[in-house]
This record gives sequence, structure tokens and C-alpha cells, in this order.
Amino acid sequence: MEVNEQIALDHGLKKEEYKKICDLLKRIPNLTELGIFSAMWNEHCSYKSSRLHLKKLPTSGKKVIQGPGENAGVIDIEDGDAIVFKIESHNHPSFIEPYQGAATGVGGIMRDVFTMGARPIANLNSIHFGSSQHKKTKNLLRGVVHGIGGYGNCMGVPTIAGQTSFDSSYNGNILVNAMTLGLVKKNKIFYSKAAGLNKPVIYVGSKTGRDGIHGASMASASFDEKIEEKKPTVQVGDPFTEKLLLEACLELMAGDSIIAIQDMGAAGLTSSSIEMASKGNLGIELNLNKVPCRESQMTPYEIMLSESQERMLIVLENGKEDLAKKIFDKWDLDFAVIGKTTNTKNIELYYDEKQVASIPINTLVENSPMYDRKWKKTKLPKKNLIKKEEFKKFKIKEVLNKILSNPNVCSKEWIWQQYDHTVMGDTIQKPGGDSGVVRVHGTDKAVAATVDSSAIYCWAHPLTGGKQVVCESWRNLISVGATPIAITNCLNFGSPEKEENMGEFVECVQGIGEACEYLKFPVVSGNVSFYNQTKEIGIKPTPSIGGVGLIKNYKQMITMDFKEINNLVLIIGKTEGHLDQSLFARNILNEKNGPPPEINLFNEKNNGETVLQLIKDNLIRSAHDVSIGGIITAVSKMCIKGNKGIEFNKPKYFMSETEYLFSEDQGRYVIEIEPKNLKKVENILNKNSVHFDELGKITDKNMIINGKTKVTIDELKSYNTNWLSNYMN
Amino acid sequence: MKSVVITFPGSNCDRDMHVALTKFGFKNQMVWHNDNELPKSDLVVLPGGFSYGDYLRCGSMASKSKIMQSVINFAKSGGLVMGICNGFQILVESGLVPGVLLRNKYLEFICKNVFVKIDNKDNPYFKNLDKEVFELHIAHNEGNYFCTNDQLKEIQDNNQVAIYYCNDNGKTEEKFNPNGSLKNIAGIFNKEKNVLGMMPHPERMIDQSLSGEDGSLFFKNLINNIK
Repeated sequence: MEVNEQIALDHGLKKEEYKKICDLLKRIPNLTELGIFSAMWNEHCSYKSSRLHLKKLPTSGKKVIQGPGENAGVIDIEDGDAIVFKIESHNHPSFIEPYQGAATGVGGIMRDVFTMGARPIANLNSIHFGSSQHKKTKNLLRGVVHGIGGYGNCMGVPTIAGQTSFDSSYNGNILVNAMTLGLVKKNKIFYSKAAGLNKPVIYVGSKTGRDGIHGASMASASFDEKIEEKKPTVQVGDPFTEKLLLEACLELMAGDSIIAIQDMGAAGLTSSSIEMASKGNLGIELNLNKVPCRESQMTPYEIMLSESQERMLIVLENGKEDLAKKIFDKWDLDFAVIGKTTNTKNIELYYDEKQVASIPINTLVENSPMYDRKWKKTKLPKKNLIKKEEFKKFKIKEVLNKILSNPNVCSKEWIWQQYDHTVMGDTIQKPGGDSGVVRVHGTDKAVAATVDSSAIYCWAHPLTGGKQVVCESWRNLISVGATPIAITNCLNFGSPEKEENMGEFVECVQGIGEACEYLKFPVVSGNVSFYNQTKEIGIKPTPSIGGVGLIKNYKQMITMDFKEINNLVLIIGKTEGHLDQSLFARNILNEKNGPPPEINLFNEKNNGETVLQLIKDNLIRSAHDVSIGGIITAVSKMCIKGNKGIEFNKPKYFMSETEYLFSEDQGRYVIEIEPKNLKKVENILNKNSVHFDELGKITDKNMIINGKTKVTIDELKSYNTNWLSNYMN
Repeated sequence: MKSVVITFPGSNCDRDMHVALTKFGFKNQMVWHNDNELPKSDLVVLPGGFSYGDYLRCGSMASKSKIMQSVINFAKSGGLVMGICNGFQILVESGLVPGVLLRNKYLEFICKNVFVKIDNKDNPYFKNLDKEVFELHIAHNEGNYFCTNDQLKEIQDNNQVAIYYCNDNGKTEEKFNPNGSLKNIAGIFNKEKNVLGMMPHPERMIDQSLSGEDGSLFFKNLINNIK
């Protein structure tokens, strides 16, 4: 087939991009070559709309071993150990085929991590669905949860934390973001940079089929009513093969045979071979007849663009082929020498002894398009003036019931009970806490991880929202006693071709950057997912932040359950009564306007570091950050988990009870301390100029507020635990 | 005391079991499914996981693995063979214990702590255990035990039920049954009681910092019984 402009447009390329390809090649590409360009130049692989802005994020630091640009980021956790981690989206496929979409999302991110030589030790996920009233939501949720569990459980990697939200802006575009942490020795990290000439290029793993062809292109386009027709472009996962691939790769990595290794993820053999050659400033030659294929008569075009799962490409040291083959034979996996590195700086493909493609690699990578898209700034909305008399008509208890049973606050046990969260025998904090925590096997150390997003705040004011998500991640790590180290981000947005959406992206990234910079909490890996929109309706801007921290002695880990009767409860951080964009304002007052709570990075850092110091001094028995739903929601969860009550009074502020209990001011924590330590704790807080309120004390079974509102523990539990399981059954 | 843990392709609790056995004093050896011979040992464990992806029927492919003939011979000669979770599924598929394991009643994977009752102590596994109700952990999709009425009668007549799901007081009512198992059965012996299959994972409960410590009691008791 002769290539022309129309065929290029059908591949998702723009007119001017096609012209650029012809100019760079000084000829018209053939169909295989065009396919390769479209795969490398789409948004998903080339970051053409986002690169310019992502460059501004802080990506280095004392603990950073590898920042963005590799399969995953790597941080130092001392004693020669390192953590490899990354988050990635699989939104588009999960909407079309929730089980396989979510499953292969989990499979893909685990491959990114073990490609670097790390054994995966924890999975997390951030999943977002349309309104609970929407007809598709239930099935999508069930499918996604089954898919995540189906893959992760089979791999034997615990799923230790996650986040689930519901919002009508996801009705036509759900989000499925999967994150994995792996453990590796610092001196045994593997990279994707090829080196040396005439080194054998090895294909291992599953056979190549016709599934997922153009998956990355699909992820770079909006949905329309014909989306169901795209089902064939969703990949099919095989976690069993991936488990074998994991074990085989780690076995091979124990030796010194590998020069470079890269998993075949988005755009399959195309992007993996090109990336390895590009990073090594080399050429690569592949004989496509050697590629193990699942189906007969696959064309070079199909072989290069297939996104079949569970495959790896390896550049091996000469003479190590037999040794490597033996390992992959043992694990019943395909193994084939399919090519070699060259000095041509071209990718050259052969099929039936004929050259079927020859493209200079720099045209695919360095010369890929980069756009400075137009974007629109979001003004800070004006504050709402909510009359205090308004509050009087609400009974605290009734409001609390509504808030604790809100889909975005209620217990997600129905979900995480379907994930194996205890396999590997090191999970010391299960899902449902502020962060999941796993021990570093055989040591006193533990790693904490959390994934967070706040689409409402980001939608109301992207710059503030971007900062807020980073701060929330930081707080969630501190609340379990972990020192925050670094983050990975998954940036889910609408179309970059629309100024509003692009503006949301630019300002969220700016906010993330500012907070990361200030908190010394760098970004080490991530992924961008644009075009999360159906027809003209885009999602609320949803950057998901995956934070990782270290606990040096796992016995100092903190959980949120109230521990002991008569212990005192303190609120760290100042409550200003900010209700705009709070759950209370939006869901109880039905007031959707106004700015999100302000972020004060100085207070955030100071409060967090002080709480961490109190934890290290063994002065805190339980802790929980204050987030959506305010103080009363945070305290309720601590009561529920600890099966204890609390008696407290609103401090004598000039503010209503409602504002004190439900406002969502930032930088706050609830902590439990023993009465005998009160003086010590006060001294430290005062010395560090940290504002705090003495809220009340822990009791045996009821929550009593200001002596007049009484809620039993059983009532709190029933508000919080039933909504999701009732909804799903 | 020597133990062996078999690794099948897709096993994923093999390391956890190795850690637990070693912690409580076993000299454990990992054995590959494709080996012919079992090394000499006092206990053989088939660990949890998804052997062969559980693609045909849970445990069925693994039950035909090369090493399984040696395991079956070892069991027939009176050797102790224990299957946990997927290992239990392999045991039923290989015919070493009666019954089958169906998909969980609510068609969902379940990962949580459960209480189980162990009152059948006339066997090498539970002899000398000084309590009856244990908190253990389950994590499975196919743990719904089922057998024919004739089999059930035989199992009960021979006192082969090893473990029941119950509540914290040891009540074995249907509402404390997490997966729909017949008679709340969580684990079962062969007739001779040297082969034990069970869904709960004692190896995940061996440390105060994990879900709990009742698994430790099980392993400590087991090694003392074997000594």
C-alpha cells in the first residue's frame, strides 16, 4: 500500500507532522515506517504537549539515584538498598474493557519496575469512576477491581494502598492508575541504555499476537460514540506468564550477562528497540522473521506495533546467549535472538530477507514534535460568603452520617479485600490507613507508600490543587511515621488542544513543582495521560501523586486507630474554618463555587517535620491527617479503627462548631498522646511554633461533642462501612 | 527437622513458607517442580500461589508435575505432606485428600483474617495445641470446599475434618463462613491424617507486626510434634 497524507491522518498524525516525516526522511515512508512514526510521535510516547512543562519539575536530590527518563525512578533507602517505583495510567483501555484494561495496567507497571532489576514488593492504585448513579459505574468498578486483583494476586505482590473516587466528570472516562514499588540492591540496577556494537538483541517472554495494535495511539485520542469498536486494541493480560518472566529475568540479572533491558510496553517492539538504541547512541537491526509470533502471517507492520503483554527486549553480552536461553527454557518462556546493535544509528528491519524499514533513530526521538500549546490561566475564585445562620438548621449527627457514608469518604474495604495485601509476609500496614507499609525483607526498615489526588481542588484552582496533592501525600507518609523521600506522578487531564484543559495541566504541574521543591520531595518518575474526554466533556484535572517514604525502624510505625482510653487528642495545625470546596459545602450546602483551601508550604513543612520528630521521640500513639470531611471525619475514622470513643469540645475560637468540625484547612493532623507526655509535647510544639488545639480525650464507646451531640461507635461504623458493599451487592 | 517446599511455576507463597519454616527451626530446602526426586525430609509443603496460572482448574496442572509422583509416594508411605491454599487445591486434584474446591460463593477473591476452630487433635499436626480458636489469614478465590454426601459421611466418620471457619468464640455457624464451604470446612486430612490441606495461611501470621501471631503457635507445635 502506497502511503499518502490520508493514511497518515488515519494513524492519528497531523498534516504538518506527516510533512515533517517526509522532510526528515527525504522521501515518503512505507506503511511500516509510517506505523513506527505514528507510534513514536503520539502523545503517549512522545510527551509532545507536556515535555516543555515537565522539564520544570524538580527531579534531583540527595536520595535520588535515577530520576525521570528511565523505566522507573530509583531512590536510596540506605544500607545499599534502593526502591524503584513508578505510577502509570491505563485509563482508555479500562473504560473499554475494565478487567483486561486494569489487569494489563498493573502488569505493565510491574514490568517497568522489574526491568530495572527490582523485585516488586508492593502495588498501589488510584481509580476514579463516574457518579454512583451512572449506569456504567457499577460494572466498571467491579471489572476494574477484579482486573487489578486478578493480575496482582497472581503475581504474588501485595496491593497495600489505594484511592477510589466517584465524580460525574469521569462518567465517560474512568481513570485507572497503577503504581508499583520494587526493591533492588543499589549496585544491581539495570538500565535501558544499550552499549557496544554487534551485541545480540534478545526477545523473551510471550509470543507476539495481534492484540493491542495501536494501543498507544488510542490512548492519545478522545472517545466518541464508536469507542466500543476499539475493543480489539485492548491488550489481554497473562499474569502467570509475567510471574515466570519476573523470576526468569531476576535469575538472569543475578549474573553479568545483560547490557541493557527494556520491557515492551506501549508501542511494543517499536519503542523498546528504539529507546535502547537511542539512549546508547547506536543503531539497531532486527530480523522480524525471528520474532516469536502467536499467529501466522503477521506482517512487519503488525509485529512492530503489537502491544502483546509480558515481553522484554534485552541487549546481551556476546557469548551469553546459551546461558540466558537455559534460564528462559527452565521457565518455559520464548527466547529468540532477533537482531544486533549496529553503528548506523538507524533502525533497520528485515523480513523475508528484504529490508522493510530504515529510519534514522534521531528522527524518531530527538526530532519528535514538541508543542508549546496555548493555555488559559485559572483565576482564584472569589470566596463564598456563607451566612452562619445557615449552619443552625443542620444537626451535627445527621451531617456526620451523610459525610461518613459519602462514596468518597466511606470505607473501601469491599475493594481491598479482593486484593491480596498480605502475600510476601511483610505488610505491616494494610489498606485503609494513611499509607500502606511493607518491611524491607529481613531488615528493620520499612517503606511507606500512598497515592493521592484531589480533583475538586485542582478543578477549582489548578495551581493550589497541584500543591495540595503533593502536601497530602507528604502528610500521609508522615502520619505513619515515614520520612517522605520522593514522588511519582500520573497526570490525568482532558485534551491539550483545548486551552482550558492545557491551562489546568500547566498550572497543576506548576503547583506540584512548587510544593515538591519546597518540601524537598522530588519527582522521580511519572506519566501523562491526556485526552481523557468523551466528545467535548473532559474530566476534572486529576494528577495522582504516589509518595514514598522510609521508616528506619519499623517498630516505630504509627497507625491511625485510637489506642488507649484517657489518652489525649490534639489537633496539629491551625483551623481557619475554610469551607469552600469542602465536602460539607459541596454535598450538604450544595455550594460548588469558591477557592480550595489555601496551601501554606512553610506551615506544611514545619507541622509535618514536627509531627515526625514527635513520632521519633515515641510521643505519639496514633496519628491521622485531616483531609476531606475535616476534623470530625478524621477523628471518626480513628474511633472506628480503634473501637474507642472520644469526648471533645470545640476550642474557644471565633468560629462556629460547623466550621471547626467540617472545614478543610490544610497542614493538619490529629494525634493521640499519653497525658503524662503532654508537657513534653507542648514544649516541642511551642519551640517549633506549631499551632495546636487540645481537643479532648479518648473514651470507651461514644463520641460526645461539646456535651450535647452523642454518636455511638456502632453508629459511626454503620455510617462508614456499609455504603460500598450495599451499592455493589 | 528437615522440610521441603515445592516451587511450581506460579507458586508465590513459597518464599513466605520458607521464611516461616526456617524461623521455627526447620532446615528447609526448596525443590523445583520438574525434579524427579524428593530429598529426604520430615515434612513436604505445597505452598500457595497460582500454579500454572490456575488456568485449567486450580491445582490440576500442578498435580501432574514430575515431582508430584514422589510427593504422592512419600505421602502413601506415611510422610507428612501439607498443602496451603493452592497447595490444598493441588492435594485435592492429586487425590491425596477427598473433595474439591470451588469458586468462592460470592465470586470474589477474599483476603482477610478469619477465625478457625481446631478441635481435632489426634494427629501429628495439631496434637498438643492448647487452644481451639485461632485467628488466621485467608487469601483465595477458590476455597469453597465441596464433596458428595457419601464422601462427607466418610470424612466425618473418619474424623477427617481438620479445621472449621468460626467466630472468635468458636461458633461454626454459616454466617462465619467466608466462602460457602460445606459445613464451614477450612481444612481436611486424608484418612491416615498424615496429609493436611487447608485454605488459611499460617505462614502469614508469624509476627506481631503482621496480621497476628497465631501462625507461630501452629509452627512451634508442629516442629515439636515431629521431633
